[in-house]
Amino acid sequence: MSATVSIPTILRTHTGGEKQVKADGSTLQEVIADLEANHPGIKDRLVTDGALHRFVNVYVNDEDVRFAGGLDAQVPDGGTVTILPAVAGGR
Amino acid sequence: MLVIRADLVEEMVAHARRDHPREACGQLLGPGDSDRPERYVPMTNADDADARGSDYRFDSGEQFRVYKQAMENDEETVVVFHSHTRVPRRPLTDSGLPEAYPSVKDIEYMGLQPGVHFAIVALTGPDAEPDLRSFLLDADGEVIEDEVQVVERYMLSHTGADDVPDRS
Repeated sequence: MSATVSIPTILRTHTGGEKQVKADGSTLQEVIADLEANHPGIKDRLVTDGALHRFVNVYVNDEDVRFAGGLDAQVPDGGTVTILPAVAGGR
Repeated sequence: MLVIRADLVEEMVAHARRDHPREACGQLLGPGDSDRPERYVPMTNADDADARGSDYRFDSGEQFRVYKQAMENDEETVVVFHSHTRVPRRPLTDSGLPEAYPSVKDIEYMGLQPGVHFAIVALTGPDAEPDLRSFLLDADGEVIEDEVQVVERYMLSHTGADDVPDRS
């Protein structure tokens, strides 16, 4: 079960500058664990206290995983995982 | 320095006026690695923490669709824009405008997009005079003000005058 993961600029220090990497797993949690095994340090940028960090948006195929199970979201074989920086501010 | 076409500034200001007193937000896209904004994409402010609209957050689904389209066009986000509208809740400058300066929350999120210009339009009312400023984070995470140069058109030596955006 392999997925293609798109990495935003801010996290490419962990992937040697690569914009896209492969990772194995059938859930987002497993994909992130596999990412961490190959690109140490990346997990802490994505997950905090067992949930996705509010500073990132993660999409499996075209869907924001916040509406699809979070870290338990299913990742189909050959699917795409896209990580984008959340854009917010104010106050 | 942020060099930006006057018509793009007008689009941002018009959006800020339309949405006032809610904060408006959007992004300016341009060719990859060009640092040259070519088109304004207004974004839906999905922040619902405060019904008075004093915060902003890009709608995540819309952000993804714009990102996909940008990838296909070999475009990238050059500028992230939002407006400041809350007079009583922001420090006032001598001019009486809500300050076009990043808040603590703005700065937290700016750190996620190195190299992207963060433009703020401060507007006290829908018909008020806008104050446009732009900021970047340096390598140490300190806010630095980015001088804004508004031009009628970009002077591109290899293509001549740029009357028409590269892509629409």
